[in-house]
Amino acid sequence: MSTPLTAFGDGALTSPRPPPPAAAGARCGAHITLGGVVKAFGERPVLRRLDLAVPAGQFLAVVGRSGGGKTTLMRLIAGLDGATSGRVAVGGEIVTGLQSQVRLLFQDARLVPWQRVLGNVGIARGPDWRHAAARALRDVGLGDRGREWPLVLSGGQKQRVALARALVSRPSVLLLDEPFGALDALTRIEMHRLTERIWQEHRFTTVLITHDVAEAVALADRVVVLRQGEIALDIPIDLPRPRREAGDPAAAALQARILAAV
Amino acid sequence: MSGSASEGVALGAVPGIAAQSGPARRVRSLRGLAAGFGRAALPWALPVAVILLWQAAASLGFLSSRVLPAPGDVALAFWRTLNDGSLLANVLVSTRRALIGLAIGGGIGFALGIANGIWRPAETALDSTLQMLRNVPHLAIIPLVILWFGIGEEAKIFLVAIGVAFPIYLNTFHGIRTVDRGLVEMARVYGLSPAALFWRIVLPGAMPSILVGLRYALGIMWLTLIVAETIASSSGIGYMTMNAREFLQTDVVVLGVLAYALLGKAADSLTRAIEHRMLAWHPAYQGRRAGLAS
Ligand SMILES: Nc1ncnc2c1ncn2[C@@H]1O[C@H](COP(=O)(O)OP(=O)(O)O)[C@@H](O)[C@H]1O
Ligand SMILES: [Mg+2]
Repeated sequence: MSTPLTAFGDGALTSPRPPPPAAAGARCGAHITLGGVVKAFGERPVLRRLDLAVPAGQFLAVVGRSGGGKTTLMRLIAGLDGATSGRVAVGGEIVTGLQSQVRLLFQDARLVPWQRVLGNVGIARGPDWRHAAARALRDVGLGDRGREWPLVLSGGQKQRVALARALVSRPSVLLLDEPFGALDALTRIEMHRLTERIWQEHRFTTVLITHDVAEAVALADRVVVLRQGEIALDIPIDLPRPRREAGDPAAAALQARILAAV
Repeated sequence: MSGSASEGVALGAVPGIAAQSGPARRVRSLRGLAAGFGRAALPWALPVAVILLWQAAASLGFLSSRVLPAPGDVALAFWRTLNDGSLLANVLVSTRRALIGLAIGGGIGFALGIANGIWRPAETALDSTLQMLRNVPHLAIIPLVILWFGIGEEAKIFLVAIGVAFPIYLNTFHGIRTVDRGLVEMARVYGLSPAALFWRIVLPGAMPSILVGLRYALGIMWLTLIVAETIASSSGIGYMTMNAREFLQTDVVVLGVLAYALLGKAADSLTRAIEHRMLAWHPAYQGRRAGLAS
């Protein structure tokens, strides 16, 4: 079977697998494993023999400088790109293409401007999508905004809608590519609390990519520093939740260690 | 009602309510009414003045009716041709040609634009040929078209179709190719099928550009028809004006020009309405509230 739309078909390896039979019942997280993963664009290696195991349900933060290969890593896990060599597996299955159990949040919310908020959340449609979408919208605190056009929303609200869109299909892995980078400090803290709450409710495995060390320490169970395509630091964050955004000396010490490695 | 002094404008807008109030208010409301009327009338002042001057020049003999008929004569010609049914018949014939040509040419241009936009092999096979053909001025082939079709309906419809096909093709193709890649990628990640991707993301994303093509095509549509009907026709507005020219009926010629202008305006208004409906999500087409919020 060959699909049309070849003009757009350069990214993904294969078309997505069909969605799960029923959207009922939350899936718990899936574990992610990377074994000897190399990714090069032409001659230039971006990821060099990366080994990483993320247990199911863990909240992992990946920190690194701009251009360090964080987005590249995330696209490999999502199945948007293939590795040059090595293997990537989610839930024990080798990733060969897009997966319905993996959802990702982009830095720009990527809402469809000509779909209302509710239509964006339920973008994949599917059976009874209106109810599922309305529930996800309520979950992120935007239950009353379903009829709006996305372009009238603020930056934080757009990312909430994007988060709701990711939640609709009850994913087992959520990938967040610097989704809060463009938000103001107060909105960012709000989004941290929201993300943490939803992660605690749904228990999906979360990979948060960020260049903000404080954000990583405030949210994650574990922080990995990616430097020049290699893991330069891998430390657990054992602080109790809910965490304070600032003023915790233990967090400050961790931040200093991470910053030294970045 | 508070009765403050700031009501001038508001009363002007609701004169019926104001007229029931006291005498002082009545004076103010009349002034407001006059101001409102003035604002509404101002854009018409210049055209009305020109028509009055024109009529005066014609009546006083400065303007020969062989050069330009008096406005009154044009109005009379309108009345005459309306009553004998020829005006309506010719307008309908022209409109029919325009719409059939638009449907055929626009349909072909749209289909080619979609096919080449979403399917690389089609683009490779067709686009450079289309780009070459696009550079042939379609009115230049009128002699050939007359040889092929005579001066029947086919000739006019063929010319209109050729004329509108290219702007629609180019803008559809361009619109599809410039759809936000990020949205397409998002749609794939979220599991949209190719059909859903097309209907929910690609086509709506291309729509602003397609509508620009449509508006452009409508201009070409009337222009092509005017030329074609003027050169080779036995009915339609163009034929009506050429026929009138032989009898020196400049009033009918001017009437025909006005009819074309009004049809063009009507087509333009229709596309505007379509744009407002299809692009309701677009900031440029949203109300003031939305504009302020973003
Ligand atoms: N599709 C691509 N083609 C070529 N080079 C790329 C591509 N994607 C990313 N890169 C390069 O890979 C490096 C890492 O990029 P990226 O993963 O986006 O970094 P980060 O997200 O950490 O800022 C950058 O130098 C970038 O230029
Ligand atoms: Mg990045």
